[in-house]
Amino acid sequence: MSTMTWETRHKLILSLRYTLLILISAIFIFPIVFMVVSSLKPDLQLLRDSGSLRAFLPVGDISLNNYAFAFERVPVIQFAFNSVFTTVVAVLASILLNSMAAFSFAFLRWRGKKLMLTLIIATFIVPFEVIAIPLLLVVNSLPWIGPEGFKIGWLNSYHVQIIPFIADSLGIFLFYQYFRDLPDELVEAARIDGASIWQIFTRIVMPISGPILATVAILKFLLMWNAYIWPLMTVRTEELRPIMVGLQYFFQRYTYWGEIMAYLTLVTIPVLVFYLALQRAFIESIATSGIKG
Amino acid sequence: MISAAESRKNAPRWVRLLVPEDAPLYQRNEVIAGWLMALPALLVLTIFLVVPFLMAFVMSFTNQRLVSPNPTEWVGMKNFERLLTVRVFTLEPERDENGAIVYADDGGIAYPRLRTFTRKNPDYPELNGLREFASWQSGENRTIILAADVVFLRALINTLVFAGVIAPLQGGLALLLALLLNQSLPYINVFRAIYFAPVVVSMVVVSLLWRFIYDGENGLLNTLLGIATFGSFQPVDWLGNPYTAMPAMIAMSAWQAVGFHMVIWLAGLQTIPVSLYEAAGLDGAGALQKFRYVTWPGLRNTAVLILIVIVIQATGLFVQVDVMTRGGPLDATQSVVYQAVQRGYDKQDIAEGSAISVVLFVVVLAITIVNRYLTRDRD
Repeated sequence: MSTMTWETRHKLILSLRYTLLILISAIFIFPIVFMVVSSLKPDLQLLRDSGSLRAFLPVGDISLNNYAFAFERVPVIQFAFNSVFTTVVAVLASILLNSMAAFSFAFLRWRGKKLMLTLIIATFIVPFEVIAIPLLLVVNSLPWIGPEGFKIGWLNSYHVQIIPFIADSLGIFLFYQYFRDLPDELVEAARIDGASIWQIFTRIVMPISGPILATVAILKFLLMWNAYIWPLMTVRTEELRPIMVGLQYFFQRYTYWGEIMAYLTLVTIPVLVFYLALQRAFIESIATSGIKG
Repeated sequence: MISAAESRKNAPRWVRLLVPEDAPLYQRNEVIAGWLMALPALLVLTIFLVVPFLMAFVMSFTNQRLVSPNPTEWVGMKNFERLLTVRVFTLEPERDENGAIVYADDGGIAYPRLRTFTRKNPDYPELNGLREFASWQSGENRTIILAADVVFLRALINTLVFAGVIAPLQGGLALLLALLLNQSLPYINVFRAIYFAPVVVSMVVVSLLWRFIYDGENGLLNTLLGIATFGSFQPVDWLGNPYTAMPAMIAMSAWQAVGFHMVIWLAGLQTIPVSLYEAAGLDGAGALQKFRYVTWPGLRNTAVLILIVIVIQATGLFVQVDVMTRGGPLDATQSVVYQAVQRGYDKQDIAEGSAISVVLFVVVLAITIVNRYLTRDRD
């Protein structure tokens, strides 16, 4: 060591550090690389290749056939539309409802809000699967007025996939935490200037809440886009199914792994692109919202 | 301007009830707006979260099924008794008329058949209908743990083991990654983004991919281990072997979620002032000492948060089980939520599914409270 200059030693440590970082990256990426590469291979080759490092290389009989077959098997466009529709509506609605509630908790003075907030935080510990069955009974007995008139029961619809999820305790809590740390003077000054409560909310507080809005939006987006169990339980009509439920179509008498990989790639790429486009905002807002607690 | 006290006096009773006493100004508008703005979210949460939860609680004391010819009845604690009855029973060896121990043909001690005690034996009414969960030899006797619902007991233990192992494992790995990334090197954000990527991929997708990785014949894990050991590694059917299935599931779950907690650690690390490290350096502290006396105390709150979040997520273990193993092999990967869904939805026994949900809720609540107590501020 002593014969080494400070600079060579520094460089050595640095390159070791990067090697380590890259090796760890490989651990996190390899299943995703495998998925994309395999989606281009016919089943036989896919299974054979997974016995060697060829599993990670687009070699051999490469084609987009699996995608063509997947499109034949599953109404991909229809399912994708359903997922986009339910996701967009739920994301927008949840931003509005959660931020409104959080604004009320953070800035407005009314009795019982402490208790409400505590109750909301307490619901964190209820996993969705635990209430899924009674929730099914609830939505099955709720009334709905649509274009076809009045009816009881929400099964087989878009709204059964959207409305139960347009408010959530985590979203309220994240907004609340963010609002609480905004300077009080901001709101007080607007109040003295005669701004109404709604104006303070829409013109002053929301425009500076970009980071937390992004977090809540992305979390809801992931939840809705990846929805699987709930639509499986509530939607029987094919035209209304979301994209994840399409996976069911591949586990028939024979499992078509190449097509499954193609479909997995199709459903995952939009999420990854969305994430990579927003990753800085996403990671940083999760970071800032996570530490306070 | 009227004073707050005066305005309270003149306000209608319901406003006086809702407006806090220390409110500086007459705020009827604020109270109304406060309720109106919170109402939509509260309504949705009540109908779709609180009501179903209360229903589960109520139904767990009934015998309700989704479709049943018989009317639903109250059954008290019966569902819970069936789920949670556990007894320890000692089986004594068979003895001949002289009191000597009888040995079986294979040389082992001969015992009376267990089911002579558990099948309507009038001397042992408390054992009726129980089944063997585990047993071991203690001297010449055999100690047996009996349970009314061995599958549920297995699921409960599995879930606790899963949560108990994954919390320190995933939290620790996330901290290591965060420490590795917590420096200003070029491209460090690229690595941060990569480590976080699995978090955004659906658990259903991840579970399907890892089925391939864990496959016993052509699985990627076997392939990679074979290459790393120059072919001397014997392939393992990771999900098909009762001893490796749960560890495999833990590893894959940690892989998927570790990036999330890494980011939270990173945020915690960045709140520690650089001056503290400099001061410690001047006092001659090494890297390990700096971690022990500067970093770790500064991460206390973050650690508590991460622990609670991981445990809550872990107790909800479901998708991995559903997609990868369906609870097998030999119930090695049964989980509480998987059992709740299987019985409540697949078998349409809503009452039992609800009872399982309530048990899970109580367990998670207990863990959270104990956690809070252990990590409370001691000053």
